Amino acid sequence: MTSLSTADPQASASSGRRLVQRHALATRLTHWINSLCVTVLLGSGLQIFLAHPALYWGQSGADADRPAFEIGAETSADGAQKGFVRLGSATFDTTGKLGLIGNADGDFTERAFPRWATIPGWRSLTLGRRWHFFFAWLFAANLAAYYIFGLINSHLRRDLVPTRQQLHPREILADIVDHLKLKFPKGEAARHYNPLQKFAYLGVIALLAPTMVLTGLTMSPGMDAILPWLVELFGGRQSARTIHFIAATLLVLFVIVHLVMVLLAGPINGVRAMITGKLAISTEDKK
Amino acid sequence: MSGILLPKRKLIGRRKFLGLSVAGLGATMLGGCDRLSESPKFEELLNSAEGLTYRAQRLLGGRKSMAREFAAADLSPDFKVNGTHAPDTPEYAAMQENGFADWRLRVDGLVVSPLDLSLADLRAMPQRAQITRHDCVEGWSAIGKWQGAPLAEILKRSGLQPSARFAVFHCADVYEHAMDGTGQYYESIDLIDAFHPQTILAHRLNDEALSVGHGAPLRLRVERQLGYKQAKYVMRIEMTDRLDQLGRGKGGFWPDRGYEWYAGI
Repeated sequence: MTSLSTADPQASASSGRRLVQRHALATRLTHWINSLCVTVLLGSGLQIFLAHPALYWGQSGADADRPAFEIGAETSADGAQKGFVRLGSATFDTTGKLGLIGNADGDFTERAFPRWATIPGWRSLTLGRRWHFFFAWLFAANLAAYYIFGLINSHLRRDLVPTRQQLHPREILADIVDHLKLKFPKGEAARHYNPLQKFAYLGVIALLAPTMVLTGLTMSPGMDAILPWLVELFGGRQSARTIHFIAATLLVLFVIVHLVMVLLAGPINGVRAMITGKLAISTEDKK
Repeated sequence: MSGILLPKRKLIGRRKFLGLSVAGLGATMLGGCDRLSESPKFEELLNSAEGLTYRAQRLLGGRKSMAREFAAADLSPDFKVNGTHAPDTPEYAAMQENGFADWRLRVDGLVVSPLDLSLADLRAMPQRAQITRHDCVEGWSAIGKWQGAPLAEILKRSGLQPSARFAVFHCADVYEHAMDGTGQYYESIDLIDAFHPQTILAHRLNDEALSVGHGAPLRLRVERQLGYKQAKYVMRIEMTDRLDQLGRGKGGFWPDRGYEWYAGI
């Protein structure tokens, strides 16, 4: 398996740019399978959420209980229908965006999320579940493959675990400043992930992704019987459902930041590296 | 002619082009998901996950794994009524009128000796009480205390023919007035769940006789699966070797309408 820092012998140094081997095949394959899975899981997950758009803490929770979070529609005092998002005791008017969605005829439909955000677009809990569980299996298998390859070819240890030097507060602070200035590493420095990048990737790989899988399993009555500690771990099935939703939101935030960083750092070079494995780095401004 | 003149400047900038590409890709993908959702072949592929889930959970849990049982303090103050709130047939109304005194549970199909059990018969059998969590496919959960006779006890009395593979529960409620007559509620489970110690036919909820909303006089509790498997208003248990000749062939009212037959997830 190739690593981040293996130089490409065919790279031409004369152009001021040379191609270096950046991502191993296993990393690239699992990355794109994962992108597909996460997209489908998000859309189908929102579809499933339409059936009961409320979240609770604890073992149980239904209509008579007080949700911690809720998306819905209600008729206000002036008789108009309004969409709302309620977090604890705070209520936000989201008419047209969440809870009450405008359709093509100019009417409003009671629906937590708009059509474009759900798979399928029309309301179907059955199809939402079918999509979700098929891609959940693929997501989990792909994640397992990633871990196994990452351990075998040392990708996890070598590329993602921060070096002792990177963990120094001064180094982290410098990286934060670089990010705020939108200053991206060039030359040799571009061959390695910077500290914030490593924290973000490790956070997703070691924390968010397993949390998604485990909270998902906790919602399954069959799995709860098989692994009773799951329910204990998350403090109840409804808590697990809420954490599933929070972790999904954090994943979406990660993806947004990730895409923005790719766009800012040079989308063509970045995307090409994740497809072909080769990243172009400049040879002129060596650090 | 202006149509063939080449534009002197780029019509759209690179940034806008990228933005439009992403939006276009997104729309195509979601549209693609909708089209795929309508394809029977693709649905078959998606449905294959159910078999994987069933085999994985049976392999890991099998006969032994038990649904968690809770304490009285955990009971939901208000156990939500879902699905049929009251069967709307005159036959059910008549049974309800005299407190289900004439009601009988029929046990037949691939059994050694068919049974007709009254509520008194079922109450006289060994009883099991369990405080469990009811998980609706929609996402909510409620905790209730169920009491009734284990299905295993009933099947011990009727005996099983060797070819029996499934227990089918025929219910009194017509959930949907379908033209083809497949609107009658029914459900089915395999023998592993049928003989699971927590699988009971409950006639009590929270120490009171089962209300009409919750399935009076008798409902199934199969605790390692979702709410729609917990058939209410059970009138007949039919032991069978196949499910494809009942209803629309998928083994239950909701499975006939696209939901998983194995609802352990």
